[in-house]
Amino acid sequence: MSDRFDSEVRSVRETGAINRDSSLEGGRRLRSRHLLSISDLSVDEIFLILDTAEAMKEVGGRAIKKVPTLRGRTVANLFFEPSTRTRMSFEIAEKRLSADTLGITVATSSIVKGETLTDTVLNLEAIAPDMIVLRHWASGAGHLLSRVCKSGIINAGDGMHEHPTQALLDAFTIREHKGCIAGLKVAIIGDLAHSRVMRSNVLLLKKLGAEVCLCGPSTLMPSGVEAFGVASTTSVDEAVRDADVIMLLRIQLERMQGGFVPSLREYFKLFGMTSKRLSLAKPEVIVMHPGPLNRGVEITSEVADGPHSVILEQVANGVAVRMAALYLVAGASENS
Amino acid sequence: MDGDRMVKTLLRTSHEIVERNRGLDGLALIGIRTRGVPIAARLAHYVQEITGSLIPMGALDITLYRDDLMRQTVAPQPVVRRTEIPFSIDDRQILLVDDVLYTGRTIRSALDALIDLGRPRAIQLVVLVDRGHRELPIRADYVGKNIPTSLDESVQVRLMEIDGMDEVTVERGDSS
Amino acid sequence: MKALLKGGRVIDPSKGIDGHRDVAIEEGIVTQIDRDLVVPDETQVIEVPSSCVICPGFIDPHVHLREPGQEHKETVATGSAAAVVGGFTAVACMPNTNPINDNAGVTEFILKKASEADLARVYPIGAVSIGSNGEQLAEIAELKSAGCVAISDDGRPVATALLMRRAQEYANMFGMAVIDHCEVHSLSGDGVVNEGHQAALAGLHGIPSAAEEIMVERDVTLAGVTGAAVHIAHLSSAGSLRAVASGKERKIRVTCEVTPHHFTLTDESVASYDTNFKMKPPLQESEDQQALIQGLKDGTVDMIATDHAPHHHDEKSMEFDRAPFGIVGLETAVSLTLDRLVHTGVIGLSRLVELMAANPARVLGVVGGTIEVGAPADLTILAPDLSVTVRASAFRSKSKNTPFDGWKLHGGVAGTIVGGRSVFINGDVSGMDTFKVLRRDG
Repeated sequence: MSDRFDSEVRSVRETGAINRDSSLEGGRRLRSRHLLSISDLSVDEIFLILDTAEAMKEVGGRAIKKVPTLRGRTVANLFFEPSTRTRMSFEIAEKRLSADTLGITVATSSIVKGETLTDTVLNLEAIAPDMIVLRHWASGAGHLLSRVCKSGIINAGDGMHEHPTQALLDAFTIREHKGCIAGLKVAIIGDLAHSRVMRSNVLLLKKLGAEVCLCGPSTLMPSGVEAFGVASTTSVDEAVRDADVIMLLRIQLERMQGGFVPSLREYFKLFGMTSKRLSLAKPEVIVMHPGPLNRGVEITSEVADGPHSVILEQVANGVAVRMAALYLVAGASENS
Repeated sequence: MDGDRMVKTLLRTSHEIVERNRGLDGLALIGIRTRGVPIAARLAHYVQEITGSLIPMGALDITLYRDDLMRQTVAPQPVVRRTEIPFSIDDRQILLVDDVLYTGRTIRSALDALIDLGRPRAIQLVVLVDRGHRELPIRADYVGKNIPTSLDESVQVRLMEIDGMDEVTVERGDSS
Repeated sequence: MKALLKGGRVIDPSKGIDGHRDVAIEEGIVTQIDRDLVVPDETQVIEVPSSCVICPGFIDPHVHLREPGQEHKETVATGSAAAVVGGFTAVACMPNTNPINDNAGVTEFILKKASEADLARVYPIGAVSIGSNGEQLAEIAELKSAGCVAISDDGRPVATALLMRRAQEYANMFGMAVIDHCEVHSLSGDGVVNEGHQAALAGLHGIPSAAEEIMVERDVTLAGVTGAAVHIAHLSSAGSLRAVASGKERKIRVTCEVTPHHFTLTDESVASYDTNFKMKPPLQESEDQQALIQGLKDGTVDMIATDHAPHHHDEKSMEFDRAPFGIVGLETAVSLTLDRLVHTGVIGLSRLVELMAANPARVLGVVGGTIEVGAPADLTILAPDLSVTVRASAFRSKSKNTPFDGWKLHGGVAGTIVGGRSVFINGDVSGMDTFKVLRRDG
């Protein structure tokens, strides 16, 4: 008896597969028809997304990188903020699932007032997209939309609030390298106050039992940080010591203009990830960054391109995780 | 069908496979997840005992190809698992393996999936049980046992590797 | 006409009254208040239902009527209608209209609209500075003689310490208080919710409580220097309350008001991103809420004000960051106060009347706050045991931006009488029909 498929067989047993004469095995579904935030997801649902992403990753390894799953479905990528990588990632994910994609960039901001979010979406509803992937500069934009709109909504980043698919692809990447997330020491370093990636990651890692340490200058530490229930420090050496995973966040130029840090040079001196700092971590540490990188600010090229960096894998995994998200949200929407 | 019967049935099927495929060149077994996989594994094992040759084996997940995926309003969404076929299927004689052949839709999905993965020379179908009620023009090349059923019955296959025992039963009550 | 309100429980803390009294009204003026009054000839006798309580007419010292300039949100007419349904016989309206009420012309316009509506009394509050731009004092004497009862730049803080000092000194000449919306802009920045755990979790920019507290301290200190009266609008945090208490201890003439939403809600509500929880000052944490409730009880807080801020549905249906600040409050204030403060035992009905009638009348220097022989019969009839379900769609206000829609509350308004005339009768309270006889003669 071939033992190569033992683990799959075992996992079927573990999920309590029910005997059926179809290949429908103990299916699971997302409870909400939207994917807006990690805070709404249970541990079960998180694992469902990660497990599904594993299967989706295999599709990316084939010669024909396409499955007919979402054939005939329309997904609108509604981006109120510019974004290359997240947009690209979602578009490829949608195309691999054979969905029809509609890319819409809206040039409004809190300053430039145009058509309201609500009106834009109501106009969109005439084409009846099955799902909307929304990136917006206002926290809570997805929540507003979910109240007015019939399509399933996937949050691709709302203001400073959350970026759930980023945290999921980060967790997926960590799992690939470390197996289990519980008990890992994860340091998150950078502009924490304004980062939606930080929020989603802290929530997710905490749910899965990791030990998180937030690190950054006091001026960029979110006030009310205790609400997250994790350790925080302004010393990067303390954060990095014995870390299994280091996540670096981008520092934006505007932060200097807002008086948060005196200069990027000083930020780099205090918080930049250099090979020397990295050596304080565990020998098998992995270094992550959601991109785009500011070489010489939060990270040196040596580290970014070095053996510990998994930054490019994150990008590849992003497609698989987003395929899983699209598949599961499409299924959840159908149910309601 | 009890455990004993199942072993005998699969042994017989393995013999049939060997007989009908003079030279096992280019032959490969692909089990349809989930229960098609251990069955394919057993067949590979028996064929090896009979001939001494090991036929390559793979596992195919057809969830993403199902035609009823987004139409179910009550049942849970099926879990997607990895497809693992560690060899090229181009030019091979593929033996697709599943536990129960019923409407034929699962097999249609499997054929679509295989065609996206490569260009096999030929595809044959091996099933443990054929319960009738085809909705598509699909037939099995090797059948372990024909079990005629009515639409309100369901065939339950339990395998040692997954369920802890080997048996096939027919139960009252629609499973879908 | 002559009318006699018979057998009702009257609560008037200024006169130490809490018991059954008859109230006689003639030509809109109160003529007698006593037990078992003899019924004069040609008098309409109104049997006050036993479930009702008669109070001096409630006065809301802080509303936004939006007229002139933003009539799509509210007008003086619709605002007065909302006021009387809410049990208020009078409201004081803030000057941040368009144009700003920094001159007699706008004040007179507002008064004209109020008299046309002929429902609640409207007392305009004039601007502290021209255009409320914080630079030059407005012509306060003119505002006073046109009918303003206080000055404020509400919507914004009084911009500088020097301006606040001058405003206090000047307004003091006319016996007017300066009402301040305390907010240090350099600290509040583009914040939209209270700075704290909830803001951190929701990813929204926060406003630290210190932004209010620092300015409250400033205003109290200046009032100590000038000897003038300063009134803190919509006070929201424990720290601000401490500053007011300390000022009162030092005999400084500082008073303050708290809104029903601040003693009912906390910043936990913002997790839903519902813009009906967005206002300035923002909802605070529960320690602050508890401190406010204690202050309402022990006298540190002088009055309850709604800060009624109507906004059109389209304006509130926006991203949380973009939506305007503010919620309506006239039609929910009394029920919230009865439900959350009286029925929970925090305060009694006498204290309620102090907070909603006596103190506002005193600080604004207007008639009312007590049932006085020879004064206009402005009365609020409460139904403290009425079951009320808040229904925004039924609001008389033009705007429905309330977080309380659907709330079931214990206690409400049975009727509102202004100048001896029933301007509102609640059909859900049995026995109130008899009040319909109170109407203007002629």
